[in-house]
Amino acid sequence: MSKIAIVGVGQTTCTRSKIDTFEEMVFEAASKALADAGAEVGDIDNVVTVSNDFWDGRTISSMAVQEAAGSWGKDVSTVEGDGTFGVLYGMMRALSGSFDTTLVVSHMKGSESIMNLITNAMFDPIYQRGLGIDATSAAALQARCYMDMSGATEEDFARVSVKNHGNAKNNPYAQLPMKISVGDVMASRKIAEPLKLFDCSPIGDGAAAVVLSNKKGLKRFKKDPVWIQGVAHCSDSFTLGYRDLAKSRALKEAARKAYKMAGIKKPLKDLDVAELYDAYSYMELMWYEGLGFAPEGKGYELIRENVTGMKGDLPVNPSGGVISSHPVFVAGMVRLIEATLQVRGEAGKRQVKGAKTALAHGINGPCGQAHCVYVVGA
Amino acid sequence: MGKRVAIVGFGQTYQRSSRKDVNGVELINEAVVTALAEAELTIRDIDAIVIGNMDHFEGINYVDMWSAEGSGAVMKPVIKVCTGGTTGTTVAMCAYYHVASGMFDRVLAIGWEKNSESDTTGAIITAFHPVWERPTLGGAVAGLAIEASKYMHNYGATERDGARVAVRERLHALNNPYAHLHQEWMKGIPPEKLVDLIVGSEQNAMLAYPLRMSDMCPRTDGAAAVIFAAEGKAEKIAPVPAWVHATANRHNFVYAGDVDMDRNTTIAEAAKAVFKKAKIKEPLKEIDVCELYLPYSYAGLKWIEDIGFCAYGEGPRLLWDGVTDMDGELPINPSGGVMSSNAIGATALIRVGEAALQVMGKAGARQVKGGDVNFAFATGFGGCYWGDIMLLGKKKPA
Amino acid sequence: MNDKKREDVELLSISSGEASQPFNWSVGKHGSLFLQQLRDSKKIVGIKCPGCQRVYVPPRPVCGHCFKGLTLDDIIPVSDEGTVYVCTIVQFGFVDPSTGVQRPVPYTWAFVKLDGADTCLTHFLDSTDPEKVKVGARVKAVFEEKRTGNLMDIKHFKVL
Repeated sequence: MSKIAIVGVGQTTCTRSKIDTFEEMVFEAASKALADAGAEVGDIDNVVTVSNDFWDGRTISSMAVQEAAGSWGKDVSTVEGDGTFGVLYGMMRALSGSFDTTLVVSHMKGSESIMNLITNAMFDPIYQRGLGIDATSAAALQARCYMDMSGATEEDFARVSVKNHGNAKNNPYAQLPMKISVGDVMASRKIAEPLKLFDCSPIGDGAAAVVLSNKKGLKRFKKDPVWIQGVAHCSDSFTLGYRDLAKSRALKEAARKAYKMAGIKKPLKDLDVAELYDAYSYMELMWYEGLGFAPEGKGYELIRENVTGMKGDLPVNPSGGVISSHPVFVAGMVRLIEATLQVRGEAGKRQVKGAKTALAHGINGPCGQAHCVYVVGA
Repeated sequence: MGKRVAIVGFGQTYQRSSRKDVNGVELINEAVVTALAEAELTIRDIDAIVIGNMDHFEGINYVDMWSAEGSGAVMKPVIKVCTGGTTGTTVAMCAYYHVASGMFDRVLAIGWEKNSESDTTGAIITAFHPVWERPTLGGAVAGLAIEASKYMHNYGATERDGARVAVRERLHALNNPYAHLHQEWMKGIPPEKLVDLIVGSEQNAMLAYPLRMSDMCPRTDGAAAVIFAAEGKAEKIAPVPAWVHATANRHNFVYAGDVDMDRNTTIAEAAKAVFKKAKIKEPLKEIDVCELYLPYSYAGLKWIEDIGFCAYGEGPRLLWDGVTDMDGELPINPSGGVMSSNAIGATALIRVGEAALQVMGKAGARQVKGGDVNFAFATGFGGCYWGDIMLLGKKKPA
Repeated sequence: MNDKKREDVELLSISSGEASQPFNWSVGKHGSLFLQQLRDSKKIVGIKCPGCQRVYVPPRPVCGHCFKGLTLDDIIPVSDEGTVYVCTIVQFGFVDPSTGVQRPVPYTWAFVKLDGADTCLTHFLDSTDPEKVKVGARVKAVFEEKRTGNLMDIKHFKVL
């Protein structure tokens, strides 16, 4: 791989109930990414926006942000899926021979609607929706399956929440930096058994943007490139009962391909830092297994032994992860941005010392149906 | 850098006002199965999938996830792209870029819509700004009527000119078993007479001046799937692949009140970019057939000027001279076009698929020029007067 | 045991019933100022891009042509009178998805280019007479007595 580089990144803070409109958030993120790259909008050959009609309450959600994303007079498209998928499409366009540089920008305001209704709408209206199922109740089912299969406990999940909310204190963009204990998580309000309030990510608003370039376009930018050494995506079945919710075979497949492209043989050793999409605490443990950091069913060992803490062999989510900050769709792109900052040595207080190779991960659909995995490096 | 890409297969469902016999996932599956059979491939041969539709027409969120079992996306890479009415061409372009990037060799592009499942006008209104536009918008019809009335004001075009486009689309649809509207009563009646009948009919209700029922597209249930393949693979799958020579789009406008109603600047800009890339100097001469996304009749007069097939104000002359009929110099919409069939998420993709059939010589009763088609020009339309274009050709691009 | 043939199966559907998805959209600073002016002063404002000098109505935070951020300092007054750029008389009714109210028909929908503005405001005209509602007609904003900070504080534009 290593034909496309990330040359600019930008993100807004993630907070509840921003007064900024979609346009303003997108303009802020896009402008920041361009400034970071040392570039202007004229250096961008084409644009990919990322948004979701349901979350925005607007059919053709992309319509609101075309100007703010700098797409006037340019080829532009829109991915309706996690930001990691949007960046992947932006990457394809920069490899196609038609464009050398792509700006990818995503936005989301979770606060303007009712999350349960929006995620209930992703379930099938004929067989599932009437049950009132939403992202959280589905996640609760998955957490239970995973506990049964692996022997992971609610305390193990709590450890993820403690680690990530604690890490978020070093991240000025994160919505919920918190110093909490396993006891605090266990005592927090029950949402859907076995998930409690602190096992769940918050509802927030935010935007992020990334500037991509192929080798030919690099000269337009001032920032040192961070190369996408491997990337792959894969989706599992939709119907929850058709797949083994305790295992993430789609993630395994995406990771396998991305690792092969990047020459990663032993993830725990070869990776210096990872940013995973932990929409719920238990997910981080499942993704350890899907990504090959731990054998199947043994994800909890890594959290118990602090392997994935800031001082461990493979720090996971130094940014605080998605559980601390969750503008849906934007959060995957932020994982990639954080991984990029780590490789550049620009991650401030959350920097993992000497990080050279980083992994970023995004998910789409209920219970992590689809996954996108990136390996990035200097 | 970048691979050359061709279309090697196209499948579509029969488009009807309401397909109560299938749910959405089954409808998608029908198109996928048909496309694979056409190309003599199996789902195992597909490396990645792209799907698109307009969410609020069916009320399903995360459609790429929901449809995975019917689209063939289980344990495959899949993403969703959508840009309103231009979704179909956006999906086609996305599949094209998947292959051109060198990352995937055979990619399936799927577009679909079940317009019967919701209130189309209500859903279209939600495409517009909740603060500035929704309170007064009269749906897609009003949004198109204003362009028509400005065109008439600027160039003196008449209702008869608009009707001549409608007549062409509906006559062409009679050759297309997949199209939604088959107005059999039109068979054998000369176009001029049909225009008289349409313009004179009292049943032909005025919707928003100057647009009447006859000037508008229907709302349709349908799905389509197009298979794109890389050079080296495409030639093994299809005897005559339809090569992608150029593709471009412009989605400049955000606010409806900003749109230039005198000239369709987005399709014009996109056309310039496409003609430049493909080195086309005389579009009317060099293009053999068009599948244009014309959601209403007057667009068939005006947008052919914006694209550059003729001078401003000349559109009606091309229509009345028969230039755009099946045996004309530049047949437009041999499939019957959007005015005969509009399953919105599929519609622009069907333009691409139909254009591919023309190049491949597989268009059956609606084939033009005896199959001697070098360049076929497909467009998408939607959003806030956005324009998308894909140009297909028989010869492999240089 | 059901003795109907498979082909005779009754085709069912599931309805969304009374389901709704409520939203609460931010208007943003620029739009809020516009709406406040309508509500409190019966005045209309636009925003002028310092780059290309275009005046946009309604005001927005970004000039798409220049990719330039526009601030509240760029807000300028525009006239409450203007010209019809395009219009159409709508003859069919439907239920407005934002209000649940049936639109009364017929009604005239128009793009009004206010004096001083380069883009149009989309709104209603007070007449459905084809002789009066034409491209180029001069119109003037008519405000509601009770205003709430909504675009519809302008009741319609009166054809002069």
